[in-house]
Amino acid sequence: MDAGVFGSLVTVIFFLLFIAIVWWAYRKGNKQKFEDAANLPFREDPEDARKPD
Amino acid sequence: MEATYNYKVVRQFAIMTVVWGIVGMLVGVILSAQLIWPALTEALGPLAPYLSYGRIRPLHTNAVIFAFGGCALFATSLYIVQRTCQTRLLSDGLASFVFWGWQLVILLAAVSLPLGVTSGKEYAELEWPIDLLIAVVWVAYAILFLGTVVIRKTQHIYVANWFFGAFIITIAVLHIVNSAQLPWILGGDATSWWKSYSAYAGVHDAMVQWWYGHNAVGFFLTTAFLGMMYYFVPKQAGRPIFSYRLSIVHFWSLNFIYMWAGPHHLLYTALPDWTQSLGMVFSLMLIAPSWGGMMNGIMTLSGAWHKLRTDPILKFLITALSFYGMSTFEGPMMSVKTVNALSHYTEWTIGHVHSGALGWVAMISIGSLYYLIPRLFGREEMWSTRLINVHFWWSTIGVVLYIAALWIAGVAQGLMWRATNADGTLTYSFAQSVNAMYPFYTIRLIGGTMFFAGMLLMAYNVWKTVAAGKAVNDARIPQAVAA
Repeated sequence: MDAGVFGSLVTVIFFLLFIAIVWWAYRKGNKQKFEDAANLPFREDPEDARKPD
Repeated sequence: MEATYNYKVVRQFAIMTVVWGIVGMLVGVILSAQLIWPALTEALGPLAPYLSYGRIRPLHTNAVIFAFGGCALFATSLYIVQRTCQTRLLSDGLASFVFWGWQLVILLAAVSLPLGVTSGKEYAELEWPIDLLIAVVWVAYAILFLGTVVIRKTQHIYVANWFFGAFIITIAVLHIVNSAQLPWILGGDATSWWKSYSAYAGVHDAMVQWWYGHNAVGFFLTTAFLGMMYYFVPKQAGRPIFSYRLSIVHFWSLNFIYMWAGPHHLLYTALPDWTQSLGMVFSLMLIAPSWGGMMNGIMTLSGAWHKLRTDPILKFLITALSFYGMSTFEGPMMSVKTVNALSHYTEWTIGHVHSGALGWVAMISIGSLYYLIPRLFGREEMWSTRLINVHFWWSTIGVVLYIAALWIAGVAQGLMWRATNADGTLTYSFAQSVNAMYPFYTIRLIGGTMFFAGMLLMAYNVWKTVAAGKAVNDARIPQAVAA
């Protein structure tokens, strides 16, 4: 396999990988999980945790 | 024993951030004065060579990027990783080693660069013995940070840590590859044993250098400071990040694209045309993740915009994001070949760099430090909130003066250089274009001095806060609400 073919192949694989990441991030089933993750900085100290006003 | 966080190393780095910020920016102010009065430091007699422009310019860039920016990143990353993983750092000994090792690197840079000891690679001027030390300290930092992530008490790894992780790994790779060099001593000459030559030659050397250089911007000055943003903006605003899902896409798209943008530093050089075009296209694509990240940060405030009126720390953070958006639009534009034909080698580039470095990097760091420092000294807030507000306005006006002056200067310079008469001869001599720079250099000096003065104000405020507080070495880890 010459460098040109290899480079093209890697580019396509990375592109598909990226599409998969976007799909995974926006999948309905993951919604709650990521909302919980977003609250990680607030879970540590109750006095700092504020409900969105 | 009660579980605690290691605040000592965070505090040490936080204080040194302010110190190195002042030192690095003072050197910048001296440099910009030298551009107006070239003989400024000549009166120093035997000391003059050590303060000549060519020697203290790398001192300035190294001090602000690696001493000021570096300490800010060490402080915030080691704080955030503990708070969001709800665990103490992997090792206190390693933490101390990273702190003292990094200070030694800075000290060696501060001595060697004015002495004229340099490998001549931009942002990587330090010679091989210091490069080796950097590599050791950096690997220690990687073990400390990533090891802490491994022993975390939370299930999920918060997005800020992902950004810091990418920064740490990438910088290790960049530093080691770009610093590959042959010490002159191997050639049998021990008189200048510290001298070395790059392992690469010609255009390859240039490409490796700007692959390193641009990713130092991409991963040191962007990705890592975004990690800072993803923690301190939500904390200071009191609400979670606008979209966590966007932050994941932001992270991966930035990582996939940034690596390829380096060739835009070498447009119209001996670099093959296709490589130049590749660099330009990837630079243009970078607008998407950059603006995605900026919007994510700014929109975190949606529904709480009123906080911007009263909270100067939030003003720093959000203004930083605005400058980030501005310079990540400007950067891709400048990487378009036709624009670059005008902008390259002119003051416009310096203006662009400082809109990123002062507007984004410094302001997000300053905002984060104002959040951090009271907590490290057992205080509720900084000694004076009013002074933070004054600092905010001084730095904002300072940056605007700085970049506006250099935009005009750069475009004027570019146009003068390319102007030709009907017979094909140049309309202006180079000296004429230098002469045209005086008013803009003066405005730049004023803007830079204002930004520098703001740092002095900060130092005073920090001093007062420290005096009123008590250093916290170990902070109790609150019993986490169900992880």
